[in-house]
Amino acid sequence: MSAVPVLAVDNLSVEFRTRGGIVKALEQVTFSVNKGEMVAIVGESGSGKSVTAFTVMGILDAAGRVSQGTASFGGLDVLQASEAVMRDIRGREMSMIFQNPRVALNPIRRVGDQIADVLLQHGNVTRREAPKRAIEMLTRVRIPDPERRAKAYPFELSGGMCQRIMIAIALSCAPKLLIADEPTTGLDVTTQAAIMDLIAELGAEQGMSTLLITHDLGMAAEYCDQIVVMHAGHIVEMAPTAELFAHPRHPYTAKLIAATPKPTARLMDLAAIPGNLPDLRAAEIPPCRYSARCERRQSRCDQALPYVLGEQKGSMVACWNPL
Amino acid sequence: MTETLKHIRYVLTENPVTLFAFSLFGFILFCALFGPYLAPYDPLATNGAATLKPPSGAHWFGTDALGRDIFSRVLVATRLDLGIAFFSVVLTFAIGALAGIAAGFFGGWVDRVVGRLADTIMAFPLFVLAMGIVAALGNTVGNIVLATAIINTPLYARVARAEANIRRNAGFVEAARLSGNGEGRILLLQILPNILPILMVQCSLTMGYAILNAAGLSFIGLGIAPPTPEWGILVAEGAAYMISGEWWVALFPGLALMTAVFCFNLLGDGLRDIVDPRRRT
Amino acid sequence: MSEFFKKPLLDAQSLHKQFTVGKKPGLFAKAPKDWFRADRPVAKLHAVDDVTFTIGKGEVLGLVGESGCGKSTLVRLLTRLLDLTDGSIRLDGEEIGHLPAKGFGKSPYRPRIQMVFQDAGDSLNPRFTAFAAIADPIQRLKPLPRADLKLRVEALATMCGLPLELLGRFPHQLSGGQKARVGIARAIAVEPDLLILDEPTAALDVSVQVVILQLLEDLKKRLGMSYLFVSHDLNVVRLLCDRVMVMYLGRIVETGPAEEVFRNPAHPYTKALLSAIPHFDQVKGSGAPPVPRLRISGEPRSPIDPSPKVCRFYGRCPKGQDACTESMPLLHGVGLEHSAGHSVACHFPVSDTDRKTAAVSLIEDVA
Repeated sequence: MSAVPVLAVDNLSVEFRTRGGIVKALEQVTFSVNKGEMVAIVGESGSGKSVTAFTVMGILDAAGRVSQGTASFGGLDVLQASEAVMRDIRGREMSMIFQNPRVALNPIRRVGDQIADVLLQHGNVTRREAPKRAIEMLTRVRIPDPERRAKAYPFELSGGMCQRIMIAIALSCAPKLLIADEPTTGLDVTTQAAIMDLIAELGAEQGMSTLLITHDLGMAAEYCDQIVVMHAGHIVEMAPTAELFAHPRHPYTAKLIAATPKPTARLMDLAAIPGNLPDLRAAEIPPCRYSARCERRQSRCDQALPYVLGEQKGSMVACWNPL
Repeated sequence: MTETLKHIRYVLTENPVTLFAFSLFGFILFCALFGPYLAPYDPLATNGAATLKPPSGAHWFGTDALGRDIFSRVLVATRLDLGIAFFSVVLTFAIGALAGIAAGFFGGWVDRVVGRLADTIMAFPLFVLAMGIVAALGNTVGNIVLATAIINTPLYARVARAEANIRRNAGFVEAARLSGNGEGRILLLQILPNILPILMVQCSLTMGYAILNAAGLSFIGLGIAPPTPEWGILVAEGAAYMISGEWWVALFPGLALMTAVFCFNLLGDGLRDIVDPRRRT
Repeated sequence: MSEFFKKPLLDAQSLHKQFTVGKKPGLFAKAPKDWFRADRPVAKLHAVDDVTFTIGKGEVLGLVGESGCGKSTLVRLLTRLLDLTDGSIRLDGEEIGHLPAKGFGKSPYRPRIQMVFQDAGDSLNPRFTAFAAIADPIQRLKPLPRADLKLRVEALATMCGLPLELLGRFPHQLSGGQKARVGIARAIAVEPDLLILDEPTAALDVSVQVVILQLLEDLKKRLGMSYLFVSHDLNVVRLLCDRVMVMYLGRIVETGPAEEVFRNPAHPYTKALLSAIPHFDQVKGSGAPPVPRLRISGEPRSPIDPSPKVCRFYGRCPKGQDACTESMPLLHGVGLEHSAGHSVACHFPVSDTDRKTAAVSLIEDVA
């Protein structure tokens, strides 16, 4: 692995302006994705995992504002880059796939043409070659009978098939980084597995890095090298996957693992996480946003959050009293 | 209740256009209610000594060919124009919304009948249809209300149908069936309250149409008979003098008409923000 | 012997549901030769095809299947929101399958079968407070005087762990978990015998999911209800269920005691389903030996006018052979203890020897 990460997010904070006041959606988020690595950002709804992805892609909602930090993609700070530069990078060097592929595709354009559009836009093929390359892409994402499917409209294809098309579009220009935002939510279990296999294999073939945004710990465990756990806009823990599951250090990570149904666990063995996320609009948010729900809380938890680096490279826990 | 008021205040302060529309609506409503008591002159009183006088301190909007005060006439006309529009919208709402919701919810033959009826009405040039209705039934205020209501009904029926149709198999409708609610109850107690806000917005928009339509009918002589003050008649009376340079006779009633229509169109957007519960968080 | 006399709570016999689908020729297509015949055969979508099962008193039956397999249609047949094409549904020995869905709300059986919906947000009317939502079935089906109604709703809310101060709120003011609790309180308000849970936790975060599942388990014990638990998440299904049924394209392909089916899946489809869920035994980089994974590819067959002879899984099935296209496999007992009720509809079920040698030919090794 090269020393320079593909994506390095440093000290990123994002705020949203809403009726109820300013929501501190992300605070001091720091992580990096190395070349060829698959990194998962895991968290429950409201944890800020999608906001992180959108900020990096430069497609943050108008109400959102980056209040501090940098996100360096191959040496370029994407938070400072102009919209024109970003437009060029998006799709070519950094692609994204979304949760609902059917909505993300243009409903009245044949899928083959949609792949060709992306190829043409980023200027590495001629108009004549584009349809052929589109069919090649369909073959690569294992769509049977690609010549015929290229002429299909999105509504004629199943959800899993649409997600394959989205992957074909995202990977058509061989990007360095793929951001997959809950790519299999809403798909069938068997399709989910096939899509994740596909992303992992194509990533490995191209030496592409993947940032997987998911709420599913099991999926992250199976496919990712590194896991970043988020809670209420903070990174509470990150570690190489095996390390994280063998020795979770943050109380929230431990609870999350214990709450996930596994083939061997019984219902009474699963842990519930009491309490709710703190109100992120409040003027005074406790430094540790998990402290109100935490069983290991101590008096020093009211001090500024520590970022304790672990022994292994890339491991960190934000806790005064880790496990 | 206080929460609702807080929300209304928020929507009004958040969007100055909405605030402007609501203030304007308040002003128009005030004119409609109190206009006749505030008018400086009798709107019907002629004055041979002061015919076709341009706007002045005594006559703010000038006088017409018979020396009547145009300001008083425009002010007094507000009540009639608004009244016609209001009652026609109420009527349209009652027929169109119910028919549309039933069509969208039940589907099948109800949907086809309502759909074809709406198509039939829409197939006529609407204003000509209104003219026909008034000409056939007679030149009364009641018939103008009726004609205006009929031509607007398909718009409501379509909106209501579409909205009811998407909620037809919503989870809460199924849940209501499981709770033992009959189809009629579901229609009135579960679906209607959810569509009401959208229809309120539609009401505001059609108020504008209704005013224009009533004024249009009067303008061509079908509708309110002169000398009753009504914006359409006032514009019609003034039209003849435009060429000879007496612009004020037609301009001020025309402005009043335009302001009212404009106000109701703006109001629609503001209403949508107020009645949508999802915007309350 | 007592088993013999114990009647099941719900007895569904060969349920069928077909939907007519339009098969009109396109504008420029040649009209079929029999277009003038009024009895021209129309295409039928077989959503539920010959489904038979029972649910005992106090039992939890899991129904597993992917989208489009007909499990929602089956649920709507059982809740009597939809009319059967053919078959019989008996509740406590009394036939309710022939009662028309329209007007079932007035029948005395209505309160006895209730349901918790998949998306609690969508199943609550945005204009109803939590109190009104819970009170609605009571008012319609088991009316109470106003004061008693209030007490009853409050008791239900407490039972479902919903703070009483939230009863005045509208759905958009409640969190996902709270909405789920309102949905459950509403469903148990009229004391049903059979509660159908249609993916009750699919829209919830894991931390909330556990709480809701534990609540459901607790309510079952306290109120003695039977559950039909519908889900696509096998890890969740096995937490609550005594028995499971696996459905594929309208037919039950495997059924049996939950532990048995999960430990020794006999149908290739069940095996693929189990293989697809994350197991936590393969944490990347942990050095754990790779577990052989079965992946199925391709798309399901069309449910429109399917051949009655061809196995529905044929074409995606790694074990498919000519025999699978010659006769439809029917449910038959498998395993060592046939009496345990583990049955599978497959000509070539995954046998015990297969399991031991991990039949190399059909299992892709995804490392």
